[in-house]
Amino acid sequence: MDNVNLTIDGQVVEVPVGSTILEAAQLLGIDIPTLCYHPDQSIKAVCRVCVVEVEGQRVLQPACAYPVAEGMQVRTNTARVREARKTIIELMLAHHPQDCLQCERNLNCELQALAHRLGVREVSFPYVERQLPLDELSPSVIRDPNKCINCRRCVSVCHDIQGVGILDSVNRGFDTVVSAPFWRSLIELSCVNCGQCILVCPVGAIKEKDDTEIVWAALADPTKHVVVQTAPAIRVSIGEELDLPPGTRVTKKLTTALRRLGFDRVFDTDFSADLTILEEGSELLERLSAGGILPMITSCSPGWIKFIEHYYPDLLGHLSTCKSPQQMFGALTKTYYAEKAGIDPEDIVMVSIMPCTAKKFEANRPEMTDSGFVDVDVVLTTRELGRMLREAGIDFAELPEEEYDAPLGISTGAGAIFGASGGVMEAALRTVYELVTGTELENLDFEDVRGLEGIKSAVVKLPLKEAAAAQEVAADNPQTLEVKVAVAHSLKHARVLLEQIRSGEADFQFLEVMCCPGGCIGGGGQPIPTTNGERMERIVAIYEEDKGMPLRKSHDNPAVQTLYEEFLGKPLGEKSHKLLHTHYQAREKF
Amino acid sequence: MAIAKEQLDSAEKRVLQIVSRYGANEEHLLQILHDVQADDNSLSEAELIQVARAMDIPLSRVYGVATFYSMYSVRPRGKFIIRICESAPCHITGAQSVIRAFEQALGIKMGETTKDRKFTLEYTSCLGVCGVAPAVMINDRVYGNLTPDKVQEVLSACEND
Amino acid sequence: MEFFRSHVLVCSGVNCSFRGSRSVRAALVEEIRAQGLDKEVRVIETGCFGLCEAGPVMVIYPEAVHYCRVVPDDVKEIVEEHLRKGRIVDRLLYKGEAQVKGVQTWRQIDFYSRQKRVVLRNCGLIDPDSIDEYIAREGYEALGRALRMQPMEVIQAVKDSGLRGRGGAGFPTGLKWDFTARAAGDQKYLICNADEGEPGTFKDRLILEGDPHSVIEGMAIAAYAIGASKGFIYFRGEYKLSIDRLTHALEQARAYGLLGKNIFDSGFSFDIEIKVGAGAYVCGEETALINSMEGKRGEPRFKPPYPASVGLWGKPTCVNNVETLANIPSIIRQGADWFRSIGTAKCPGTKVFTLTGNINNAGLIEVPMGITLREVVYDIGGGIPHGRAFKMAQTGGTSGGCLPEALLDVPMDIDSLATAGSALGSGALMIMDDSHCIIDVVKCFLQFFRHESCGQCTPCREGTQRLYELVDKISRMEATEKDVELIRRLARTMEDASLCALGQTAPFPVLTTMRFFPEEYEAHIVHGMCPAGVCAAASQIA
Repeated sequence: MDNVNLTIDGQVVEVPVGSTILEAAQLLGIDIPTLCYHPDQSIKAVCRVCVVEVEGQRVLQPACAYPVAEGMQVRTNTARVREARKTIIELMLAHHPQDCLQCERNLNCELQALAHRLGVREVSFPYVERQLPLDELSPSVIRDPNKCINCRRCVSVCHDIQGVGILDSVNRGFDTVVSAPFWRSLIELSCVNCGQCILVCPVGAIKEKDDTEIVWAALADPTKHVVVQTAPAIRVSIGEELDLPPGTRVTKKLTTALRRLGFDRVFDTDFSADLTILEEGSELLERLSAGGILPMITSCSPGWIKFIEHYYPDLLGHLSTCKSPQQMFGALTKTYYAEKAGIDPEDIVMVSIMPCTAKKFEANRPEMTDSGFVDVDVVLTTRELGRMLREAGIDFAELPEEEYDAPLGISTGAGAIFGASGGVMEAALRTVYELVTGTELENLDFEDVRGLEGIKSAVVKLPLKEAAAAQEVAADNPQTLEVKVAVAHSLKHARVLLEQIRSGEADFQFLEVMCCPGGCIGGGGQPIPTTNGERMERIVAIYEEDKGMPLRKSHDNPAVQTLYEEFLGKPLGEKSHKLLHTHYQAREKF
Repeated sequence: MAIAKEQLDSAEKRVLQIVSRYGANEEHLLQILHDVQADDNSLSEAELIQVARAMDIPLSRVYGVATFYSMYSVRPRGKFIIRICESAPCHITGAQSVIRAFEQALGIKMGETTKDRKFTLEYTSCLGVCGVAPAVMINDRVYGNLTPDKVQEVLSACEND
Repeated sequence: MEFFRSHVLVCSGVNCSFRGSRSVRAALVEEIRAQGLDKEVRVIETGCFGLCEAGPVMVIYPEAVHYCRVVPDDVKEIVEEHLRKGRIVDRLLYKGEAQVKGVQTWRQIDFYSRQKRVVLRNCGLIDPDSIDEYIAREGYEALGRALRMQPMEVIQAVKDSGLRGRGGAGFPTGLKWDFTARAAGDQKYLICNADEGEPGTFKDRLILEGDPHSVIEGMAIAAYAIGASKGFIYFRGEYKLSIDRLTHALEQARAYGLLGKNIFDSGFSFDIEIKVGAGAYVCGEETALINSMEGKRGEPRFKPPYPASVGLWGKPTCVNNVETLANIPSIIRQGADWFRSIGTAKCPGTKVFTLTGNINNAGLIEVPMGITLREVVYDIGGGIPHGRAFKMAQTGGTSGGCLPEALLDVPMDIDSLATAGSALGSGALMIMDDSHCIIDVVKCFLQFFRHESCGQCTPCREGTQRLYELVDKISRMEATEKDVELIRRLARTMEDASLCALGQTAPFPVLTTMRFFPEEYEAHIVHGMCPAGVCAAASQIA
C-alpha cells in the first residue's frame, strides 16, 4: 500500500494512505483526546472533541475521521483547538448530572478524565437537567439516560456488533438522547442483556444491576452457607479491577481473596464446564448417530440463548439442551454437594462470579430451579467483585496463593478455555476425539478456532474405533468421521451462520456461539475498559492457564468422573436430564 | 411487553397493507410512516412494532426516525393539527399574536392537544407561503394573512369540515 | 385547433391560491360561460407570477393587462368590461406606493420590468400542467441537443457557463458533475434537492409548480452528463399538495418518451422517482438528505467521502438544487457565453429571490446576479410599507447575515454578500422595518436552529440551545458583558467544530447583528431597554 507523509505539530510522519489524522498522531506520540471514538467501532465523528487544525480547511476537522494526505499540515494544540475542545466539554458537562462523586464511574469516567485533562475549571453554561426516568427493571442492565452524552457508542455496539438494536438515538436537537423505543425498559424488549453497551459507555449512563449488597448480607449471615463459583474468564480479568495489567493471571489469589471475603466454599465453574463437555459431547455424538437436528449449537452463553429465542425461534431445536456451566453448577451445588456435605440446600447461598450481565437474567429464569430451589442465588460481575474487594481492602499484590476447594473446584484446562471464543469447541473436540477414536489426542491445540476473527471454522477427522459404527454415520468413508465445526462470537457474526442454517446452506455439524466479542473474556460484566486490546491479552492468558494445567481434557477430570459414579450415572442419563438439561422458549421481538 | 395483543393484532393488518404498497425496503420507511400516521395523526407503539416487524428493521431505529422528523408524532394528536409557522417572516408579521389567539381560543398551550382530541397546536418550520405571512397549516390546508381576529373563523371552518 | 381571442392567465401559485385564486378562476369560468364567451376566451391556470403580495394575480392576453387582488366579486366586472367591451378595469390595476394611476400591462410594472427571467421564463406564461405548452417554448430542445453531445462536452458547457449551485453553498455545478462522472461505479444517482426548508424561501416550490418540465429536462441532461440512469426528487413533506402536479408532469414526460428507456433513440435511459421528507430542515444538507432517502434519521454524514464518490446507498451521487437544474436547459440551448453575459464574472446568471417581511411587493423575483440590495428593495420590492424605515435585510435565510441600511448598495451575488458578512444562500431575502427589535428577531432565528439541529454533534446540539438561552437573556435585559464574551466563544466553537453547515452557520445571525447593530445590544445589556419596545412589551405580557 502507498504511504503518505504529513506534518503534525511540526513533526513529519509517514503513514499508509487511508489512515486518519488520529492514527498518524498516535505514531508520533501525540494523544489527541477523543470521546465518541472507539477502537472497535466504526467512526462516528460526532463528539467533536478530537478536532484539529488542518491547513487549507476553513473549519476544524475531527482527527478520528479525517483522512491523511500527502503534504498535509496539521496542528493539534493551538489556542483555537484548545478553546473549541474545552467549550465542547463544558457544553457536555452543563447537560450532564453533577454528581460525579457518587457516580459508579467516578475515577473511571472518560468525560471526567477529559475535563480534567483539558483543564476545564468552570462550566460557563447553567446546568440543565433532563429529568428522564431511570430504567432499573432489568436484572442485568440498568440505564440512566440523564447521564447520556450522545456519543452513540452503545448504539454502535448494539446494532453493528451485536445486531440486536435495542438502543438508538431518539428525538433531535437538544432533546436528543439515546434510549429504548417508547421509553420502555430493557426487560420489556428483546434486549439480550449482553451488557456490551456498558463496556463502551464512557460515562455512567449504563451499568450492571448491582447485587453486591445481597452478597454482603449473605456473607454476614451465620446461618447461611455461602458457596461461590468463578467463571473461567474471571481469573484473567479480575486483576484489572485491582489495577493489574490486562491479562494478568490471578487464579490462586482470587481463591484466597474470596475466602477472605468470607465465602464458605470457593468452587470453580471450570468444573461444570468440564461436565458440560461430557454432556454436550455425548449429545453431539448422539445427534450424529441418531440423525438428530444438526448442526447442533452450544448453549453456554445466556445472551446468545435469549437472542435466538427472540430472533431465530424457528432454530431453537438446534440448541444443545445442556444448561450453561453456571446453571449446572447451581443445580449440583444444591443437590450433589449439599448431600455430600450434609448441608440443607435451603441454607446454601449460591453466588457466581461471572464476566457477564446476561448471567443475572439466566439465574432468574423460572425454569432454573431444578434442584428444588433457585439454583443460583446471586450473580456478580467481575466489576462488582472488584468493588467488593476494593471495599474490603484486599490487595492482590500481597495475597498468598491458594487452591480451589474440592470437589467442585477441580477442573482441567479444557474447562478454563471456555472463557474464550472457540474454547468450548476446542474442549469438546478434545473429548469427542478420544471418545470416538479411543486413542489419545496428540496435539491438543486447535488453533483454527482460537482468536478474534468473527467466524472461524475447522474440519476434524476422527479415525473410527469400530468400522461397524462407521457404516452408520459415514457410509462413504468407513475409516473416519469427519466433523465440520464453526465458531462465531458477537451476535452479528452468529446471524450470518444462522441465516445459513435457515437457508439450508450451513456446511457444519457443530457450532459454538458466544454472545460477546471474544467470548466471555470480553463479556459485558468485565472490567472497563474492555476493548479488543484487552480481549487479546486475556485470551493469551487463558490459553496459558490451559497449558499450565496438569489435566487438559474434560473427561480426565477426576471430580467429574466421581460425580458420574456417585450421582449422575452417565452422560445424558436420567439425573443429568433432570438437573443439567433444559428447554427454551420462543419469545416475541420488540 | 405490557402491550395488549389486541392492539398489536389490529395494527398488524393495516401496517402490512401499507408496507406491501411500497415494499419492505428501508428506503420506504418515511413514506410508510406517513401512511400509517394518516388515520389519527399519530404513530402508536403497536403500529411502530408492526412496521419494525414487517420491514425487519429494529424497533429502536423506527422509533428513532419517528421522533426525528417533526411531521410525525408518537404521542396522540388531535384530528386537526394546527401547525403555526414561527419562522422569521411570519414572526415579524405578527405570528406571536396569532399563536396567543389560538392558545386562548382552544385553552391549550403550543405542543398540546385539546381534551376532545380535536385540535393540536404545533410549531412548524417555514411553510413556504411567506407571501401570505403569518400563515398556519391545518392538516393539508394553509391559511394565510392571519390576524388574531381571524383565528375563530379558521377554527370554525375546521369544525364545519 | 381552436382559436381564442383572449387568454386569461390566473396565477395558481401557492400564495395566490391561499389568497383565493382558485375561486376566482372558478367564478371566471362560470361567468364567461354565462355571458356566452366560452368559445372566445380561454382561462388558464399558470405558475407563480411572483407578485404574491398583490395576489390573486391574473393577466389577460393579448393585451397583457395585469390585475391584482382580484376577488370573485370582481369577476363579473372583468368579464363584462374587459372581455366583452374591451375596457380596462382601472381599479384592479397594480399601483405602487405613491402612484395614483394604475399600471396597465405587467411589463410596465417595475416589479417585473427590472427582473431578468431565465429560470422563471415560463412561470406565468404557460399552463404548467401542459407539456405541450412547455415544448412550444423550446422545451426539451436542450435535452435533444445534449444527447447528441458527449457527456463530457455537456459537463464542459456547464463548466464554461460558470453556473454555481443555487441551493446555498454556491459550488460550481460543472465541477460537481465532473466529480460524479469520474467516480468509479456503474450505478450512479442524481438527486434534485427540493427540500426547501430555509425560512422565507419558497422559490423551488414555485419553480416546480410553475414550470416542472424545466426541472425534469435539467435533470435528464444532468443525468446524461454524469452517467446516472436513476434520478430522485426529494420533496419536503410539508409540500404534499405540490407533489400531484409534479407526478402529473413526470407521467407526461414518460408518455412523450422524454423519460424512460432509450430517450430520443440515444441509448440513454433515465427515470425519476419522487421521495418525500417528513419535516427536518437539516435534510436540505445533501448527506442528511441522502440518509433521509435511505429511510434513516436525517443526520448529515461526515465528509469526506463526498456524495460524488460515496452517496446514496454508497454509490456516486450528485445532488443539485431545483433552481440549479432549471438553469440547465437554457444554458445548453443558448450557450455558456449567453449565460455569462448575465450577472457578474464570478457569478454568472440570475438568482431567484423570495422577498418577504416588511416590503410592499413581497413575492418571487428573478434578477441578474450582482444587482444591488437597494434596487431589489426599492425598485422591485416597492420599498417599505406604511411609511416606515428600512432597518435590516436578512439575506441567505436564517443562517445568513443581517445587513443594515449602510450596506444597501451591496451587490447581490455569492462573493459580494460573503465579503459583506452575509450570504446569498438559497435566495431568501427578508426585509425588516424599524418597528422590530433586532434581539427579538435573532431570538426567533435561534429558536429555529435549536428546533432544527439534528442533535448529532455536540457543538450544534448543545450550542444552538445555549445560544438561544443567552440571547433570550439579553432580551430579558438580564445579560452582562460576560455573556457577550461567552456568546462569542460559543459561536467560534460552533462555527469551527460543528459537523455540518447548520451548526457552523447557526451563530451567523447573532454575529452579524452584533457587528452591524451593536447599539441594540448595548441598549438591552447596558441600558436595560429595548429601543423598538418589543422586548419590554414581551416581558410585560409574561
